[in-house]
Amino acid sequence: MTDFHVPVWGYWMMGLGFAAFVALLISYIHKNRGFRRPIFASPYVLWIIVFTVIPCLLVAYFSFTDPQGNFTFDNFKNFWDSNFNARKAMDPELIRQYEDMGLTLNDLGLSRDSINIDTLVFSLWMAFLCTVICLLLGYPAAHIMADREFKLGPTLVILFIVPMWMNFLLRTIAMMSLLEDNGLINSVLEMIGVGRQKLLNNLAAVQLGMVYNFLPFMVFPIYNVLNKMDYKLSEAAMDLGCDKWQTFYKVTLPLSVPGVVSGITMVFMPAVTTFYISRLLGGGKVQLFGDLIEAKFLSTSLNEWNVGSALSLIMMILILASLGLLRKVDPEGEGGGIV
Amino acid sequence: MKTIKRIYLGLILLFLYIPIAVLIIQSFNAGESRAKWEGFSFIWYGKLFEDPNIMNALWITVSIAVLAALFSTILGTLAAIGIHAMRKRPQALMLTLNNIPMTMPDIVTGISLMLLFIFTKVERGYVTMLLAHITFDVPYVILSVMPKLQQMNKNSYEAALDLGATPMYALFHVILPEVMPGVITGAMLAFTLSLDDFTISYFTTSPLVQNLSTLIYSQARKGIKPTMNALSALMFVVLLVLLLLVNKRTDKQEQ
Repeated sequence: MTDFHVPVWGYWMMGLGFAAFVALLISYIHKNRGFRRPIFASPYVLWIIVFTVIPCLLVAYFSFTDPQGNFTFDNFKNFWDSNFNARKAMDPELIRQYEDMGLTLNDLGLSRDSINIDTLVFSLWMAFLCTVICLLLGYPAAHIMADREFKLGPTLVILFIVPMWMNFLLRTIAMMSLLEDNGLINSVLEMIGVGRQKLLNNLAAVQLGMVYNFLPFMVFPIYNVLNKMDYKLSEAAMDLGCDKWQTFYKVTLPLSVPGVVSGITMVFMPAVTTFYISRLLGGGKVQLFGDLIEAKFLSTSLNEWNVGSALSLIMMILILASLGLLRKVDPEGEGGGIV
Repeated sequence: MKTIKRIYLGLILLFLYIPIAVLIIQSFNAGESRAKWEGFSFIWYGKLFEDPNIMNALWITVSIAVLAALFSTILGTLAAIGIHAMRKRPQALMLTLNNIPMTMPDIVTGISLMLLFIFTKVERGYVTMLLAHITFDVPYVILSVMPKLQQMNKNSYEAALDLGATPMYALFHVILPEVMPGVITGAMLAFTLSLDDFTISYFTTSPLVQNLSTLIYSQARKGIKPTMNALSALMFVVLLVLLLLVNKRTDKQEQ
């Protein structure tokens, strides 16, 4: 029925080894009464070492080595200058011959080029824009729903939580089919006489898809914090002579900072790392950092994997840094509560 | 002011729901056109079941989800029991390591696992995808079981041992019945997350072994066909119902 790729037999040996380990463990537990409960965790300790720790170390290993396994910083140099490896791989003699013929590195397509760093900066910019738009759209929505006078609030917030559980890929595809040349929006535009527009495969479509996917992740944490806030505080501010706006920016806004920070992280991180939103809605014309990494690993040249690993390592550090920031501002994870 | 606020909320909700609603409605359209309604029909859903590629991907998706849920539940429940009884330092270390797959972006998890398989010269396919799914499922199982363990009486396990139970007997007759609701929630969550996953599967399988998500992705890059609409709509509803069920269970347990 299916063409399962039967892996090399050594692979099965690994599985058998693991099973044997568990069997040994069980028999040990059976006999030994003084057995301590933490040993129950040992299969998972082994698993986590093989499938989490070692892969992370491998990313680091590949990013500091060349395809032959020698230690090098070249992959990171490639981050600044994306033709660095290609230039290095060329025979200097050959380059000299080309230069004698009056050709420059430029003509050979090997000039200093900064695609990698530019893509990262561009990706950060797109994610930043997405975060700002989500914040501007989401904060008022959260604020309205958290209002005690608004009885529908707690019900409506569920409508914001549900999209967080919806598959991103499918949501992106829904957006794509809406924007397509013969999609619904274009048909409506034609009907009212505007005519069909190119809505897909541009920056705006990618940005729209990102906002569409990540907006609920901004609304929910802010709502959570605002909802838990003691409403007597703002009443007290009003009693003491603040008007509505002063109450907002002197009391409500500062108290909602943990929610805003969680929201920002929860929108910014997936927005920086996404690759299929830009791929599907940008049609290959918009390249984000995620697309770049994907492209490096889909490439058949081994060298590219090392560069790709270096790029992944940079992304990992970026994510860990922003998580660290989140922990510092919102240590109790008040804005959290995501699956 | 009140009306403006309501209109504003309404608009945002429309923005969030219209694309999905349109996708689902279009999947019932008898015609191939995206714009013209040519009558209600299940024709595209019928076509799904005739497409061998889709049926193959469905089989792979479901079998991997079942196996991954099974293995990760066993592994995760044992791990939670063990971690719970650990002393402070090793416990904190384990919980941090356990958090890695959940906090890392999927693309990094996917790539790091892909590098592991490349490094060990394992051909990517069904088994590698399964291993990857177990890896990202276990942390969620642990998170579901852990609160149940914390609610449990600390001494009942020791009491059982003192009364002559073997550790295995105590595990099955004292600890497991107490934490069972958490285990079931964990298994459901693992199953759903496995069905839901795209990014990690994408990097840990070969183009020859595709699950529904990677199939939809590779098809969508060429433009969306009505059968893909139907498939997306179907997956969408199934995943949403599953996640709603899991979350309802979690909420109930927290109360």
